[in-house]
Amino acid sequence: MKRNWNAWVWAGFGLTLVAAFSYISLFIWFPVTRDIPWVTLLLFIAAGWLLAVGLKLAYGQPERYRGKVSGVILGVLSLAIIGLFCYGTFVLTKNMPASADAPRPGQHAPEFTLTDTGGKPVVLSELLKTHKGALLIFYRGYW
Amino acid sequence: MAISVDSNEESRKLSAIQGYTFPFLSDAKTEVIRRYGVLHAHAGENGRDIARPAEFLVDAMGTIRWVNLTDDLRVRARPENVLRVIDELMLASAR
Repeated sequence: MKRNWNAWVWAGFGLTLVAAFSYISLFIWFPVTRDIPWVTLLLFIAAGWLLAVGLKLAYGQPERYRGKVSGVILGVLSLAIIGLFCYGTFVLTKNMPASADAPRPGQHAPEFTLTDTGGKPVVLSELLKTHKGALLIFYRGYW
Repeated sequence: MAISVDSNEESRKLSAIQGYTFPFLSDAKTEVIRRYGVLHAHAGENGRDIARPAEFLVDAMGTIRWVNLTDDLRVRARPENVLRVIDELMLASAR
């Protein structure tokens, strides 16, 4: 009997790649799917299910389905990708300094003078004379 | 106002692409970043010193009213939450 190509394990692996890539390229733009990557995690679960079905067929019906070796390799690769993704999104992004010296509410905001994109110097104390307040947004840069 | 180590040239490009209307200030030497205690040493490209994400709300008297030191790069203060904090503080100081 002709042995069938195991589309399941390949689909599972492919979906794992799609899930990881779509988070980086699409879902990070929306806080609802970025803060907790639930869509991505659901896709990973679906991919895992596809891989499980494929492996079950490969080992349960080896006379009909191929994929014993490729299934295991793709399964391990998928787990590695999912593991890296989870490490990157749940551990690495929390890699922050303690910033214990940052001024707290109630303290005076340190004075500064910095140039804006027009080259004009902006002095905090001067700005506060003409505005109701200021929101200082520090960010990493490199966009 | 957005403050980072990006040069004015880089911020101009970013503002143009994203359509931001608020001021972007350049702190390439991380002087102000250090003054506000938000330095993230060697965390940038090529080990450059940059800022960790943080927001400070300052009132007209120069007093800090609200500080948000995000502990996760991915999960940031949402604009609607920050606006709510600003509204509450403005109402509080109007009394």
